[in-house]
Order: sequence, then C-alpha cells, then structure tokens
Amino acid sequence: MSAEGTLTTTGYIEHHLTNLAVCADSSKVDGVCTGFWTFHLDTLLVSGILGLVVFGLMAKLASKATSGIPSGGQNFVEMVVGLVDQQVRDTFHGKSALVTPLAITIFVWVFVMNAMDLIPVDFLPTALQVATGDSHLPFKFVPTTDPNLTFAMSITVFFIALFMGLKVKGFGHFMHEVFAVPFGLKLAPVNFLFRIVEEVARPISLSLRLFGNMYAGEMVFILIALIGLYQLPLALPWALFHILIITLQAFVFMMLTIVYMSMAAESH
Amino acid sequence: MNINATLIGQAIWFGLFIWITMKYVWPPLQKAMADRQVLIADGLAAAERGKHEQELAAKRAADALREAKEKSADLVAQAEKRAQQIVEEAKGTAKVEADKVVAGAKAEIDQEVERAKQVLRERVAELAVAGAEKILRKEINASAHAEMLVALKQDL
Repeated sequence: MSAEGTLTTTGYIEHHLTNLAVCADSSKVDGVCTGFWTFHLDTLLVSGILGLVVFGLMAKLASKATSGIPSGGQNFVEMVVGLVDQQVRDTFHGKSALVTPLAITIFVWVFVMNAMDLIPVDFLPTALQVATGDSHLPFKFVPTTDPNLTFAMSITVFFIALFMGLKVKGFGHFMHEVFAVPFGLKLAPVNFLFRIVEEVARPISLSLRLFGNMYAGEMVFILIALIGLYQLPLALPWALFHILIITLQAFVFMMLTIVYMSMAAESH
Repeated sequence: MNINATLIGQAIWFGLFIWITMKYVWPPLQKAMADRQVLIADGLAAAERGKHEQELAAKRAADALREAKEKSADLVAQAEKRAQQIVEEAKGTAKVEADKVVAGAKAEIDQEVERAKQVLRERVAELAVAGAEKILRKEINASAHAEMLVALKQDL
C-alpha cells in the first residue's frame, strides 16, 4: 500500500495505472495530457535504460566472445541467442541478416521489460516518490503495460515485414500477390481488401496480446497489493506463475515476428 | 488506452536496439559459435584419428614383441647347439691329448725298462766274468775270451 493514509482503493489503483506524462503541446486538461504530442517519460526511460543496459552488456560480452571455452556470461548469452537462432532456422527459410538480430532484440527486450513486473508494485514508485519528494508522482515501471510501446514494436515489425516482402519478391510480384491472391485477378478489390485486413490485423493482435497479458498481470499484482501487509501468500504464487507469462509472451512476440517475416519473404 | 507520441520514441528505441544487436551482438556471437562448432568437429575427428593410430601402434608393438620372442628363441637354440658342439670338440681334443700323454708315458716306461735291462745285462756279464775268473783263474785269458763275452752279452 502507498504511504498515503487517505488514499482510496480506486485512487490507489488509478495512481498505479497512470503514466508519468509530459505534454509537448498545450493540450493539458485538468493536469492530464490529452493531445498526441504527449510523452510517457516512465515508459521511455525504463524501456530505454533496460535496453541500453541489457544490449550494452550483450554487446560487451559478444565483443569478448571466444570460440574457445566461453565464460559464464558468454555462455548464457550464447544459450539465449542460440535458442532464438534455432527458432529462426526452423521457421524462416529465406536469407536475411536482419531476422535473427530482430528476433533476439524482441525476445530479450520484451523479456526484461516484462520481468519488471516481478518487482513488488510499490517498491520502485515509492522509492522514486521519496527521492523526488513528490508523493503523488505517478510512475509505471512495466513498460510493456503501455500500449504505446507494444504498438511501436508491432508497427516497426509490420514495416520491416513489408519492406522485406518488397525486397525479396520485387515490386511486381508483391503487387500481384496483393491483388491476385487468393481469388485471382478478377476479384482484385476483394483480394486487396482481404490483404488489408490481414496486414492490419497482425500488428494489432501482436501488440494487444502482449499489452493485454502484461496489463492484466500488473492489475492482479495491484489488487493483491491492496491486501496490505499479508499479501505474500497470494503475491508469491502469482509472481511464480507470472514468470511463465513473462517468458511466454516474450517468446510469442518473437515467434510471431519470425512467422510474419517468413510469410513476407515466401510466396503464397 | 491513449496512443500518443511515446509511440515514436519507442520505435526509435526499438530501432536502436535492433541496430545494436545486428551490428555488435549477433555477428561476433554467431562467428564464435560457428568457429567453436568447427573446432569441436576437428577435435572429435582428431580424437578418432588418434584412437585409430593408437590401435595400429598397439598392433605393431604386439608384432614386434612376437618377432623378438621368436628371434630370441632361435638365438637360444643356436647357442645351445653351439655349446654342445664346443663340448664335443673339447671332448675330442682331450681324448687325443690324453692318448698322446699315455703314449708318451708308455714310451718312456719302455725306454726305462730297456735301460734297466742294459744295465742289468752289463752287470750280469761282469758277474759272470768275475765268477768265471774266480773259477778258472789260470786257464782263462780275459782278452782271448772277450769276444765270446760280447757275444754272450748280446744273447742276454
């Protein structure tokens, strides 16, 4: 529970689901940014710092990588990277220098961001409130519970897949596929419509799956935290179960990305 | 759920991390892993080769051992034969030598006997002459009978 004695249950939950937002335009209504040019500082900072730390560490380990006996760190990174690479090899049959690094990035980054969920919900926000002296400072520490992040990732994946399709198949073949599959050229508008739905549904489902899972998990943690001092018997099993969800969601996001890439690179 | 400019920032982060992974994480690791695979394959092949060579060497060693054994057995047999031969030869030589010694001794003995006989003969003749002188002091002329005495000596 928050240190605030006067806080209501609804207020507590709402506070935990509010991003630390900065408005770049003058769209502030009742202290809440409503315009597009709003930045969620917490999401940007936490995801950025986590990414810099984990990928910096991986790059450092990789720069010292030896083909001889690997150090413990190198061994661990190789294990993760090897697992991802195996999935790519099994699913993606084209030739691309991008797909494996992309899959590694997604798996590792989503995993560490999801893993922030395992830190008890009040630890870091309270520490930050004490540090800044602002007891109402909202701060969400799980970036994947922000749809902006999941959409940013899925839309990036969508564009990469699009360009990969164009590059591998060539413009003519790509356009032919858009208008002539699956019903032939006579039904070109229908084919095109189908294609649009298919292409749009992918990034939406990809991002909402991750967002929904993490948001729901976070919500359960917040509800458990409402119990107060004796939350451990509930929080611990949920955290243990959540480890599965964290890993699974990172894996699913990575796996689907690989599948979309291979679909873009292969003819129907 | 409000979509806003955070999306752009996140896309930039995502792109940056993909770039880091693509440039600094994946290539060195991929190279290290591929190199290690080659290293392990080579090592296994070398081990297999070493094992094979060891088997060959063991076979060669067994062959050499057997050969040496055969050779040494031959040598021993030869030496035994030679020793027997030497013993035989020695035996022969010894016999000849012994015969020679025995013959020498016999000849010496014969000579001694002959010499003793000679002496005895002379003594007997002298005794006979002395006896005859004593008996026949007057009539007998020593010089006249010397011829007869020499003939007598020859008969003895």
